[in-house]
Amino acid sequence: MKFAIQVNEGPYTHQASDTAYQFTKAALEKGHEVFRVFFYHDGVNNGTRLTTPPQDDRNVINRWAALAEQYNLDLVICVAAAQRRGIADADESKRNGKDADNIHPRFRISGLGQLIEAGIQSDRLVVFGD
Amino acid sequence: MLHTVNKSPFEKNSLETCFAHAKEGSAILLIEDGVYAAIQGSVFSDKVKQAMSTCTVYALEGDLKARGVAGKVIDGIQLVDYAGFVDLACQHDKVTAWL
Amino acid sequence: MSEEMMEGGGTIKKFCYINRKAPYGTVYALESLEVVLIGAAFEQDVSLVFVDDGVFQITKGQDTAGIEQKNFSPTYRALEMYDVEKLYVEREALEARGLSEEDLIVDVQVMSAAEIRDLLEEQDVVLSF
Repeated sequence: MKFAIQVNEGPYTHQASDTAYQFTKAALEKGHEVFRVFFYHDGVNNGTRLTTPPQDDRNVINRWAALAEQYNLDLVICVAAAQRRGIADADESKRNGKDADNIHPRFRISGLGQLIEAGIQSDRLVVFGD
Repeated sequence: MLHTVNKSPFEKNSLETCFAHAKEGSAILLIEDGVYAAIQGSVFSDKVKQAMSTCTVYALEGDLKARGVAGKVIDGIQLVDYAGFVDLACQHDKVTAWL
Repeated sequence: MSEEMMEGGGTIKKFCYINRKAPYGTVYALESLEVVLIGAAFEQDVSLVFVDDGVFQITKGQDTAGIEQKNFSPTYRALEMYDVEKLYVEREALEARGLSEEDLIVDVQVMSAAEIRDLLEEQDVVLSF
């Protein structure tokens, strides 16, 4: 089975990203394919490499990145939502005249079309949000 | 169809909207704060039991345990883990989230 | 075959956007609309469903000057130009809020909850906002 995952909330405030991660991990461990994880709304905040949670707490961002590393997952941050919320890669940052970028290297920034394409290409789209 | 509900019925109407739009034979999975709907003896128990006469209701065990309500679940609600959630998503032709 | 269709491998799926949240208080309504507008280029079979507080997205008379946000309600009227023409509003949601079809900014089809239930069953992909 080919899954697409949509994450609509950022880390820590809502459980959505945690549940999406556990679902994605379980699907991959069962041998299913995950075509793409698309981060939208405040979900784009899952892509910042600057997160520093307390040592006894989970690192939501690094956990996604590790899963992506292990299974070659495509983690996509919506560009329109990211621009609003100050999530940027080096190119975006330069283009918009900003002095820094903050995206984790395992994530990439792309357009909303990637969400639609994920809906078309996958057998199931599963949405996690608030 | 698999429906997911992640809101406490005591706070939001997501569960009731889900019930109003779930066709006979659907699966309804309670996750995150949605698992509070699984508590036996609440003001929502009768509505949940009524939904169980036409749909199958599941709840994520990890979310129940985290919230200390795993021992108070309405008889007949089936407990699943994340792998079980994946299986449910496979068994049904699509997944609708009631956020 | 158009280029947009090539992107999706020529597949046409039934996409349904469920809108359950009011505008302005949260960003979901606006960003949902942005997905619909971008998604239109993929030439899929798109339906928009408005239930619960989602019906407030398309009420007439919105004036956002006082909150310094963009009033995006007129955009729903432009959806037709993007070939997004299937807008469904739940009768029960309207009635519960003291609204009727005349209060809406755009032409819609009013449906009962039971009819929307059947409509959802026909879909391939359901996006919830």
